[in-house]
Formats: sequence, structure tokens, C-alpha cells
Amino acid sequence: MFKHFELNKIFSITSKAPRYVLFLFFIVLSIGLSEALFLSPEDYKQGDAVRIMYVHVPAAWISLGVFSLITFLTIFGYIFKIQNFFLISKSLAPSGFLFNIIALVTGSIWGKPTWGTWWAWDARITSMLTLALFYLMYLIAWRIFQDKDKIFKATLLITIFGIINVPIIKYSVDWWNTLHQPASINILSKSAIDISMLFPLIIMTAAFALFSLLIFLMKYNTELIKIKNKGLDRL
Amino acid sequence: MIYEILNMNGYGLYVWSAFAFTFTSFATLYFIIQMQYKREKIKFISKFGTLNSERAAFAKSQSINKEILSNTPSI
Repeated sequence: MFKHFELNKIFSITSKAPRYVLFLFFIVLSIGLSEALFLSPEDYKQGDAVRIMYVHVPAAWISLGVFSLITFLTIFGYIFKIQNFFLISKSLAPSGFLFNIIALVTGSIWGKPTWGTWWAWDARITSMLTLALFYLMYLIAWRIFQDKDKIFKATLLITIFGIINVPIIKYSVDWWNTLHQPASINILSKSAIDISMLFPLIIMTAAFALFSLLIFLMKYNTELIKIKNKGLDRL
Repeated sequence: MIYEILNMNGYGLYVWSAFAFTFTSFATLYFIIQMQYKREKIKFISKFGTLNSERAAFAKSQSINKEILSNTPSI
């Protein structure tokens, strides 16, 4: 079943893919930016400050999605002893961490004109900050441990504890009284957001997802070459 | 008109700084990862150059090594 995860086959695809992903990213981003900054309407309450949503929300979604994927791959990789899953997880982490930081910073910038403060220790913001710390611990674990088994165990523990925080982030606005508004977009029920704002949000999310994919591919290729460098040392 | 776009009814500073931060972060991460990739690749090529012909032939028999040596994209 797992013979499809052979590094040789994967590298032949991943080494060529970044240039196409980069091209697609620029096209989708151009559409997204023109919609987000110029074509979408301003909010009746927040005015043009609502445009920050088009970078803040996609960044938050992708950082959550990437962490969930990292956790899934780490657990699956540990159970079925698939080392490549750990490598994929490691390559996903930098973009996930970056999107988490972007969500925090742009949220802070958005908070000033809407709430009158740059920062509040409310449930959503604090749990997002906690996620950033889990990302940081995950990245540090890969740097400080040399032994493979130790890395796998440490990253497994970090992701298992970190994933508990993901539903807390999602439901924090329902469970506690926070400055954050409740979710405007629901998959199962009618969304509270108008289509004129939903469309640029989806396009920007697609652009950010493509950027995440681009960084993942470049990082993954780097990691594969690193492995091959070690292989040459052993020759 | 340009002033209106930049000002955004008084929210321009917040909106543009949020977008600027996002895309500066993108560019920074992209160049860091690209630099790491190039560094590893240069290391690989220089290590490969030090191998004797027998070992080089063996290393080249692995398709991934062949791929790294032949494929020199900009990213």
C-alpha cells in the first residue's frame, strides 16, 4: 500500500511542481486582491476595516488546517512506521506557523479600529497564541533532538497535546463571552456573510493554500536533498 | 481617487499595514526556504564532485540523485 510513498518517485514530482504552483498562486492572488481591496463592499458597521478579514481569516483557517494535518500525519506515521509522513509534517510546519503569526498580527491590527485595543486576553486570541507556541515547540523539537526516535516521540506528544487546542479555538466564541464575533461562515447551515464578501474570502483562502503548498514543496525538496547528502557521506 | 484608495475612509493605515505585513512575511519565508534549498543543493553537488568514479556511478544509479543533479530549476 505504501510503495507509492517512495522518495525517488515523489521527488521527481515535487521538484517540478513548485514553479507551476507559484504561477497559479500569483494568478489566484491577483484575483483575490482586486476583489478584497477594491471590488468587495465595505461593511455597514466596520467600514473598510473589514478588508483585513481577507488576510486574517484565511491565515487562521490555514494555520488550523495545517496543524490538524501535521497531527494526523504524525500519529499515522508513528503507528504505521512511515518516516515519510514525519518528513511531510516537518515540511508543512513553517507555513502553518507563519499563517498563525499572520492571523495574530492582522487580528491585532484589526482589533484597534474595531475594539479600540491592539490586544485582549480573550479565549479566541489566547488559544490562537497557544497554537503558535505548539508550532514553535514542534519546530524546536526537530532542531534540538538528533536521534530520530526521540524526534518522532517528541513531535507526537506535541501534536497530540496541541490538537486538543484546535476545537477550543473553533468553539471558544460559543463557549465563552469573547470580543470575537461568533462564526459567520457555517458549512452545515446558512452563513451570515453576504456572497459579495464570501467570494473574495474564498479566493484569498485558495491563494493562501497555494502559498502553503508552495512552501511545503520547497521545504520537502530541501529535506530530501538533506537526506541524500547524508547518503553521499556514507558512500 | 488614489487618495481615497489609500485612505479607505480613515482605515487605510490599518488595512494596508495588515496586507503589507502578510505579504512581507510571505516573501521572507519564501526566500528563506529558497536559500536553504539552494544551500543543500550546492552541498550535494560539491559532495558528488568529490566522489571517485565508481562511487559516483553508484550514486548516479539512484534516480533521486540523478534528478537532483539534472534538475536545476530556479526554485
